Amino acid sequence: MLIAISFYSLAFVSVAAAFMVVASKNPVHSVLYLILTFFSAAGLFILMGAEFLALLIIMVYVGAVAVLFLFVVMMLDVDFVELKQGFLSYLPVGALVAIILLLEMLMVGAAYFAGETKTVVVRDNGVSNLEAFGQVLYTDYAGVFEAAGFVLLVAMIGAIVLTLRKREGVRKQIPSEQIARTKEKGLKMVDIKPGVGIE
Amino acid sequence: MIMSLILIWSDLSPMMWFGLKIAQIIAFVLILSVILAFLILMDRKVWAAVQMRRGPNVVGPFGLLQSFADLLKFVFKEIIIPAGSDKSLFILAPLITLVMAFLAWAVVPIAPGWVMSDINVGILYVLAISSLGVYGIIIGGWASNSKYPFMGALRSTAQMISYEVSIGFIILTVVFLAGSMNLSDIVDSQAGGFYNWNMFRFNPFNTYGWWNLLLFPIMFYMSILFFISALAETNRPPFDLPEAESELVAGFMVEYSSTPYLLFMFGEYLNMTLMCAMFTILFLGGWSAPVEIGVQFIPPVIWFMGKCLFMFFMFAMVKAIVPRYRYDQLMRIGWKVFLPVSLMSVVVVSTIVVFVGGAN
Repeated sequence: MLIAISFYSLAFVSVAAAFMVVASKNPVHSVLYLILTFFSAAGLFILMGAEFLALLIIMVYVGAVAVLFLFVVMMLDVDFVELKQGFLSYLPVGALVAIILLLEMLMVGAAYFAGETKTVVVRDNGVSNLEAFGQVLYTDYAGVFEAAGFVLLVAMIGAIVLTLRKREGVRKQIPSEQIARTKEKGLKMVDIKPGVGIE
Repeated sequence: MIMSLILIWSDLSPMMWFGLKIAQIIAFVLILSVILAFLILMDRKVWAAVQMRRGPNVVGPFGLLQSFADLLKFVFKEIIIPAGSDKSLFILAPLITLVMAFLAWAVVPIAPGWVMSDINVGILYVLAISSLGVYGIIIGGWASNSKYPFMGALRSTAQMISYEVSIGFIILTVVFLAGSMNLSDIVDSQAGGFYNWNMFRFNPFNTYGWWNLLLFPIMFYMSILFFISALAETNRPPFDLPEAESELVAGFMVEYSSTPYLLFMFGEYLNMTLMCAMFTILFLGGWSAPVEIGVQFIPPVIWFMGKCLFMFFMFAMVKAIVPRYRYDQLMRIGWKVFLPVSLMSVVVVSTIVVFVGGAN
């Protein structure tokens, strides 16, 4: 009973929020609705007993990715009136993508109703969610896992290379030198003659 | 006693259980709020004492009721919502901060069995919820529709995201040593005396043998890094750049007044106490007593609260003593010092755990 109520409320919130992502006029609101969608999807994962996956979704998608996304949307100064003017010219491409996605979803739904009913088998062998993940991830899929890590590393290095620029003549701080500064290095005793000043 | 309580709880119908749980949560929130009121007073008193002032001393005996007077003052002020602001988000932001600050307490074990929800991935839950707390700040800064709150929010978010990474790695070392992500298990793994706590683990007679002499300096260093990262994560001095009182007024909270401002400040102090509790659980052995002999009559909850209080005192002292960091130095220390050091410690500790501790 409680589970059913939780499921329907979470599912309703996630679908409604996903709709509002597209429907809302303000892009910041769109991103916030997207975050709400992720959050309620994480709730659905918890209902299925995959608490580790749910918390990972919150940490990675909601906590890190969405914040960066929000940064970009907030900082970009996009003129939305101008953006809306090209709406009709993009319509064919958008409609094509939408139709393909709709067909795919229909196929998935049809396969669900046509084929034999498959239920999710909860592996109840006393292994926690986390251990089950680790056992699969670091044995059967170790190669794929490391390849994914390597791709991310390449992306990270690429981002750094793109934004790194070396400028000449910039006064740079070197903390170790600052800490190592002594009285002898920083002070100079001078004997000033009257009316001469320091060069 | 506790076992019988659990038996009774399992016999309840789901609806009864639900109602009881709600009552438990409300009681916990109320108690935590009252404790927090006195902690805020303590913060101000410590700060005043370091500067040789008296601090708040007018309301109630020794100023004990100062926080409640402040509460009344905040609540009865007018809520001013800026004309150009996004009204619904403007109101939502402090609520998000407060709710997330309370949510994280759901998995914090205060004494054996005294925990709202004893989930397997408790530490991950705390990390996830604290990463959600960023939204209160960023939404508040943006919805104010003003430059200064926005810049403050961006600074604050960048700072919190940066230090979350190193906090995650530091927590991982503790998780490896405990072999569990459950907070109660982490505390249990440090039971039996202060030489088993993760901060000073120099007991050579447990599973790790003399390898503890290598683990001890690493974990001690990790605990200090955790403390500093916790300061940065909660926007406390010396890392309170987003709301530097003397320069920036209040960062992302500039446009806030009255109750919403109160909620923001309350959420921040709650996050601080949460960090104190996390430090206690991860490095100071949670509710376990420092020595096994002679202090059995003191209930575990007292030990837990005492350690949390000590950590809060440290937070307050740091605020009073250490001068503010510059922003680029803050980022430098986060990314160039804490991150590599904590990453290396994760490698060393996990190696020791696998090859010496015999973790499966």
